Amino acid sequence: MTLSEEQFAEDLTGGPERRPPSRSRVVARRFLAAPRGRAGLTLLGLLFLLAFAGPLVSPWSYTDRDFTAFLQPPSAAHWLGTLQTGADVFAVTLRGMQKSLVVGLLAALVSTALAALVGAFAGYFLGWTDRTLTWLTDLLLVLPAFLVLAVMSPLFGSGAWVLFVVMLALFLWMVTSKIVRGMTVSLKRREFVQAARFMGVPPVTIIFRHVLPNLSSLLIVDATLNVSAAILTETSLSYFGFGIQPPDVSFGTLIAGGARTAVYAPWTFWFVAGLLVVTVLAVNLVGDALRDAFDPSATRTR
Amino acid sequence: MAGFLARRLLNSLVLVAVAASLAYLLAAAALDPRSNYADRTPRPPAAVVDAQLTALNLNDRTPLIQRYATWAAGVLHGDFGRSVTGSPVGDDLRRRAGVTFRLVLLGLVFGSLAGVAAGALAAIGQYGWFDRLSAGLSFVVLAVPVVVLANMLILAGTWANERLLGHQVFLVSGEYSDGLDAGFWGRAVDRLQHLLLPTVSLSLGLVAVFSRYQRNMMLDVLGADYVRTARAKGLSRRAALVRHALRTALIPVVTYFAFTFGVLLTGATFTEKIFGWHGLGEQLIDSIFTNDVNTVAAVSVLAAVAVLCASLAADLLHAALDPRVRAG
Repeated sequence: MTLSEEQFAEDLTGGPERRPPSRSRVVARRFLAAPRGRAGLTLLGLLFLLAFAGPLVSPWSYTDRDFTAFLQPPSAAHWLGTLQTGADVFAVTLRGMQKSLVVGLLAALVSTALAALVGAFAGYFLGWTDRTLTWLTDLLLVLPAFLVLAVMSPLFGSGAWVLFVVMLALFLWMVTSKIVRGMTVSLKRREFVQAARFMGVPPVTIIFRHVLPNLSSLLIVDATLNVSAAILTETSLSYFGFGIQPPDVSFGTLIAGGARTAVYAPWTFWFVAGLLVVTVLAVNLVGDALRDAFDPSATRTR
Repeated sequence: MAGFLARRLLNSLVLVAVAASLAYLLAAAALDPRSNYADRTPRPPAAVVDAQLTALNLNDRTPLIQRYATWAAGVLHGDFGRSVTGSPVGDDLRRRAGVTFRLVLLGLVFGSLAGVAAGALAAIGQYGWFDRLSAGLSFVVLAVPVVVLANMLILAGTWANERLLGHQVFLVSGEYSDGLDAGFWGRAVDRLQHLLLPTVSLSLGLVAVFSRYQRNMMLDVLGADYVRTARAKGLSRRAALVRHALRTALIPVVTYFAFTFGVLLTGATFTEKIFGWHGLGEQLIDSIFTNDVNTVAAVSVLAAVAVLCASLAADLLHAALDPRVRAG
């Protein structure tokens, strides 16, 4: 396109003062245009509503025990039946879902933030900072995460689930941080970062104001996919008794209990397992649709 | 190349040493072998417990640094110490590594082959019915954690045994039936029956991952000039796709295969534990429950070595298969 043609095009579209649509708006439109994005978001919204508004309409709380109904099938009094202890499956399942959702979301946020910081600092400063941080990343990749979390599990008891979230996040960030590092190295050579450096902007400010915002699409997608990874890890750990500790419940502890009684009391296993699968599926759908929405090279219509 | 390899190996050795030391220190600080003796009846006198723990290098009254030095000196001589029951950890691990190997190998081979085939087919018919179906199925499979999948398979297997088939076809616990007297073929069939469900539980997730991976690689390659050239010089569609497109697209998948193998040696933990296979993963979980510090440390050394060997093998394979890497 030559210069005159460009001016001509500008005249046609109503001059240079007309603002182009903002990036977030473009992404949102493309996200909602994909059936996967719509389905995932709706599903996730419904699940959140169920987890946090469901307990309000249920007559039982998750600590209640009905001593007149042990291991009973679904009925009018207990919508999804009861467990061996007389606990209401509906109430317990929703409580477990609350815990799993909160743990998953927090762990994903912490791990993505960690990945962004470590990767950006290593890629921007290079030299010894880079070598130390890369070495640390490699070390954590080599340490068996399951083992470390399991060994530390006695510390997670009675209300210390925040520590559990932090430990969970500590083993989720390494691969993303390697990607962030690579992208930071190439961003550092770009003109706008060079310009900021020559104007005397301090390096840490450059990282927060120029480097990280340019990686936001990668980080948002990564955070979304980390939610499902965190929920799955939490479930596996809690299944073997290494995660969320009783009396609190999560998907993992419920599935472990349900699997033992599933043969003669299917309702103790299948509702929890089904909800878990639907939750992870919804998160993955949202993540996948987000990735396509952020990717400029993705084809819009199929 | 040689210098790079040497530096890489040295770096790996340091990483293994640090990871192993960290794992030992963490396990020794967090686990409490003394509590194993607390609920025995009659309760052993304190002096006996102390002597026993000291003999096993597990006494928490010895300073941690001193215990660590004893352990590290042993490991350097190839001795991983003894478990809480007094048996040497090394022998136990060797037996269990074999079990895990038998379980993982079949699952990995089956899973990657099926995944590659599915991914290649999906790429050739992009946006066709098979592509859509495999994409949807892998989405669902990736949302099912192994602990749920394994339990579902056990329930489905027992249900099928009782309702559909009328006799035991799917055996859901252990590696083989103990004391079975049925000759060579009878035992082989018995082992196969035990293998079926764990293999499915291991490979389903792999099929999903490999098929997505292979599909993307294949799509990158399908538009390449050399595939068009192959068609233009008169090769049939099938020959061009298999000999030129698939072979190139397989390179990253092969390296991923090597990496997965290393991770799975302890990553089959959940499958092993739920299906009752006495492998490394089960050992890991059991040793944490029994406060078995030396075994925990030994398994983590093994896991670290396996991951590093696998990533080294993946890089070497990549260099061997792709001339661009060697030149670059």
